[in-house]
Amino acid sequence: MDRQGNTYTFLYASIMVIVVAAILAFLAQSLKPMQDKNAAVAKKMDILKSVQIESTAANAEAKFEKYIGKNAYVLNVKGEKIDGVAFTVDLAKEVKKDDAERAYPIYECQLDNGSTKYIIPVRGKGLWGPIWGYVSLNEDKNTVFGAIFGHKGETPGLGAEITTPIFQDPFKGKQLFDQSGAFASIEIVKKGQAGSDLHKVDGISGGTITSVGVGTMLKDCLEGYEKFLKN
Amino acid sequence: MSSEKEPLFSAKNLKLITTPLGAQNPITIQVLGICSALAVTVKLEPAIVLSISVMFVTVFSNLIISLLRNTIPARIRIIVQLVVVASLVIIVDQVLKAFAYEVSLQLSVFVGLIITNCIIMGRLEAFALGNKPWPAVLDGIGNGAGYGFILIVVAFFRELFGTGNLTLPGIGAIQIIPDAFYEMGYANNGFMILPPMALIVVGIIIWVQRSRDKDLIES
Repeated sequence: MDRQGNTYTFLYASIMVIVVAAILAFLAQSLKPMQDKNAAVAKKMDILKSVQIESTAANAEAKFEKYIGKNAYVLNVKGEKIDGVAFTVDLAKEVKKDDAERAYPIYECQLDNGSTKYIIPVRGKGLWGPIWGYVSLNEDKNTVFGAIFGHKGETPGLGAEITTPIFQDPFKGKQLFDQSGAFASIEIVKKGQAGSDLHKVDGISGGTITSVGVGTMLKDCLEGYEKFLKN
Repeated sequence: MSSEKEPLFSAKNLKLITTPLGAQNPITIQVLGICSALAVTVKLEPAIVLSISVMFVTVFSNLIISLLRNTIPARIRIIVQLVVVASLVIIVDQVLKAFAYEVSLQLSVFVGLIITNCIIMGRLEAFALGNKPWPAVLDGIGNGAGYGFILIVVAFFRELFGTGNLTLPGIGAIQIIPDAFYEMGYANNGFMILPPMALIVVGIIIWVQRSRDKDLIES
């Protein structure tokens, strides 16, 4: 067959694509269980980190079992427990639903000193893709104990700075409800303007859209827990 | 034919491995693949893993393209090369996610960006399409190693002076600069961790290399 002809070229391209697709599909399927496990371990490490428990890939599962274990449940917007496993709730799907249909996972963590922390997972949009995080609250269900954030592909040095302590540490001690008990969330403001305001945190210069995204994410995701947190 | 057969490691073949390490280094001489050299050289561990990944891709893409070289229709040869390279990169990405999750997070987009690493397409076009599989494999090893070598050297200096540690795959961070130094007033140079220093370190390597080998200096 003419190696430079159209028929040959088309045949060549078609066969190549099919062979490659088959190889990659097989590989992806066979590695998936291991990848899922890694992702689950990383998620547990994140959850633990929001209550300032450092863990490694090796001991994350054991620590998660020790500090949280079965104390994780799913709520509805009315603050009632519903069926479901908190850890497997796919927030990416939940945040698109109406408040009334949404499932709100929550983790209760018993620290070594006996105090209880409530960990709420959040998820929203950054500049380039999804951002997520875990916010832990003190027993008063109002004051933030810790917050950590992650992102898929924010700009390194700018939006990606939301994963650094410089951005995350100021969340500690902030409050979700104002004096009158109304939900005020935590707003991300221009760098240097937050001061000691209990509902504001400094954003990142050059990472405005990501910073604002964090604020929107917190408001959108924490709002639904209002009934539960006020109980 | 057998009487003319070249030994596997003839001088000519060995040269395929050694020249990219020195006189034809992809980064310092051809200035290819600079982008990843800037981004993943803050720590030694991701630099080593990316080097191995790139070497895997250069070797196997060179081998596959060389094996197929007589069947590839000339008009779609770039597409064929891209498909081969992209598939190998996806394999690397999937394997890293399964076996070295932490590192895959650190390398994030740069594994995917191996596809666009000019070294790989450059070697396929310049070498693999016109040579037999064995020399093509050697050429892949050479160029992968030449790239990785520079990456590792840059990462070594950046991490050592930037953080005082060296991070090795499977071992983790090892403190190299003793505490006594810090007590005497030594401080880590935070500038080393920032991207511009990668460029400056690469520049210094180029300078050292050219001052030792005058042939490399353009007139």
